[in-house]
Amino acid sequence: MQNDAQSQIVVDALVKRFGSFAAVDGVSFEVGRGEVMGFIGPNGAGKSTLIRILCGLLRPSAGRALVAGIDVAQDPEGVRRRIGYMSQKFSLYSDMSVVENLRFFGGIYGVSRADIGARLRFAVDMAGLTGREDALVATLAGGWKQRLALGAAILHRPAILFLDEPTSGVDPSSRRRFWELIHTLAQDGVSILVSTHYMDEAEYCHRVALINRGRLIALGTPLELRQHALAGELLAIEGNSLGDVMAQIRQAPGVLDVAMFGSALHALVDQAALRSPELLQLLSSTGRTNVRVHRIEPSLEDSFVHLVSASAAVAGALA
Amino acid sequence: MKWRRVKAIMIKESLQIVRDPRSLMIALLIPLLQMFLLGYGISLDVKQIPLCAFDREGSQASQDLLRRFSASPYFSLQGQATSYAEVDRSLDNGRCRVAIVIPTGFSKDLNNTGQGVVQALLDATDTNTASLAAGYASAVIASYSAQVQLESIQRRGGSVQTLTPVEVRARVWFNEDLVSRNFIIPGVVALVMAIVGSQLSSLTIAREWERGTMELLVSTPIQPLELMLGKLLPYFLIGMVDACICLALAVFWFEVPFRGTLPALFFTTGLFLTVVLCIGYYVSVSIRSQVGASQVALLLTMLPTTLLSGFSFPIDQMPAAVQAVTYIVSGRYYVTILKALFLKGAPWGELLLPICCLALYAGAMVLLAARAFRKTLD
Repeated sequence: MQNDAQSQIVVDALVKRFGSFAAVDGVSFEVGRGEVMGFIGPNGAGKSTLIRILCGLLRPSAGRALVAGIDVAQDPEGVRRRIGYMSQKFSLYSDMSVVENLRFFGGIYGVSRADIGARLRFAVDMAGLTGREDALVATLAGGWKQRLALGAAILHRPAILFLDEPTSGVDPSSRRRFWELIHTLAQDGVSILVSTHYMDEAEYCHRVALINRGRLIALGTPLELRQHALAGELLAIEGNSLGDVMAQIRQAPGVLDVAMFGSALHALVDQAALRSPELLQLLSSTGRTNVRVHRIEPSLEDSFVHLVSASAAVAGALA
Repeated sequence: MKWRRVKAIMIKESLQIVRDPRSLMIALLIPLLQMFLLGYGISLDVKQIPLCAFDREGSQASQDLLRRFSASPYFSLQGQATSYAEVDRSLDNGRCRVAIVIPTGFSKDLNNTGQGVVQALLDATDTNTASLAAGYASAVIASYSAQVQLESIQRRGGSVQTLTPVEVRARVWFNEDLVSRNFIIPGVVALVMAIVGSQLSSLTIAREWERGTMELLVSTPIQPLELMLGKLLPYFLIGMVDACICLALAVFWFEVPFRGTLPALFFTTGLFLTVVLCIGYYVSVSIRSQVGASQVALLLTMLPTTLLSGFSFPIDQMPAAVQAVTYIVSGRYYVTILKALFLKGAPWGELLLPICCLALYAGAMVLLAARAFRKTLD
């Protein structure tokens, strides 16, 4: 998408092994200036490990990663000066006040005395903590803590931000507000790499990388992933005890894939209009009459589930 | 290295110290407690040794001798036994440490042959006290003998001057009153500094790991040396305040004479504090739990300072191999310096060797601690 000069983050065949386990297994991608890149994947997929490598906290086992044009393995200090990082676990000092925390990180990042006042005000405003500057961080609610952590991470105006599951455990309205902040920063040209396990949040990203078992299994805009990851059309099947007929549906003509979604089934078919009545007939032949089959627009989650099972099938075929 | 970052860490650390009552308590209360506990608890002086007497004769002479025992400050007469069995019992149950048995015919022998024999029975479970008690008992008896001899010579009309051909006139230097506390308190100061210094710094890095704040800290441009200086300088100040408290207690409360110079005292105290802070910091970096780090730091500083610094056991009395080990105990140099400063008032020149050793030690520990911290989660 971009060449090296424009890309703020370049990751090339990156591998991180812990013993014989590959937490990151040959991942490559690029992130441009002002782009919001989302990492989506289940817990343990390798998202945090990947972010930690890019922040210079872990050394890659193989491959190359450039952040702001600097190789993270060769000059991690150079990288650290240019990035902001929000770790998955809240890691500001609970026994210090809002402004004491910000001042501390301002000092560590060497924000000049002339600038620090304005930067502190900006961070406090952004986090919505005006009037609570002297409150101990331990007394703040989750959403405020996350925004304060973001404020601390951007105090030194980094060109690149790494946010590791910044919205986990935060209420929905705080999450929405947090994403607005992310987009404001991106509009100012900050490149942002953010991981999440909330599928709905992926829609807020410019591009999304789907990660599973340390591998990048898809990369594209949310729209691309929704529409093109699935080579077919999607049918939702609603009814009772559908788990028992999954195998039969999978064998039916024109059905490419079936997955459980809550109590419903989502079936990927070649032609929805053709297969919908056929499936209904199949279901009533098993005695299920109280079922509904209708076409739906695929969500990212559908794509993700399909891509994960497809990559597992490929891996199985190769093995 | 940027001073700005050192300052940021210092401010943060100071705020956290002020807000954590536990570390403040370690910092200020524990030194006071330890000074009193160890200052009063440890005494090598032996006085008022409980004594029982079995006077089988009951003569003028035997009672005279026993009066000398009860008059001595080193013994306290607990009672008169009337049988050997009773003597045995009082030694067995610990009511007495020493028993003096005067045999029948004691005064007759003394008058006829000029030689009386007295039996002393000693409880030597505590060998140190027993040998001191034996010494004191001999001294009491010797002075009694001298008087008997004097009287008999005078009775025969002899001259008194010929009595003592050689006389020792001892003058005690440095600790004129022979108070063991004067010798122990400087060591206690060293021990308290070792404990407080290592305890304070052993929590610093481990706390960041435990609270999860380390992950963010290592993602910043902070340098290991800046982190160490920023974290240890506030504790160094607290340590020096503690040193002032300990030294003031030693001089004004325990009335240990101080004859050295204050600059020498504070310079060497600063060096020793640097050593123990760095040991604690190194442990804190290596062991990422606060409880574990504080235990190990205590083991590495308190134990050698107590046993191998010459604070409680004289180094030149140790086996050669153990003596060799004491050279790697920093407390050894500091205790030597402190004792010399307190009791001897030794000038700088004479302390050059231990001061240089301590300075080298401090330098080595700073390097070790500064290099220990790695900015990685691997």
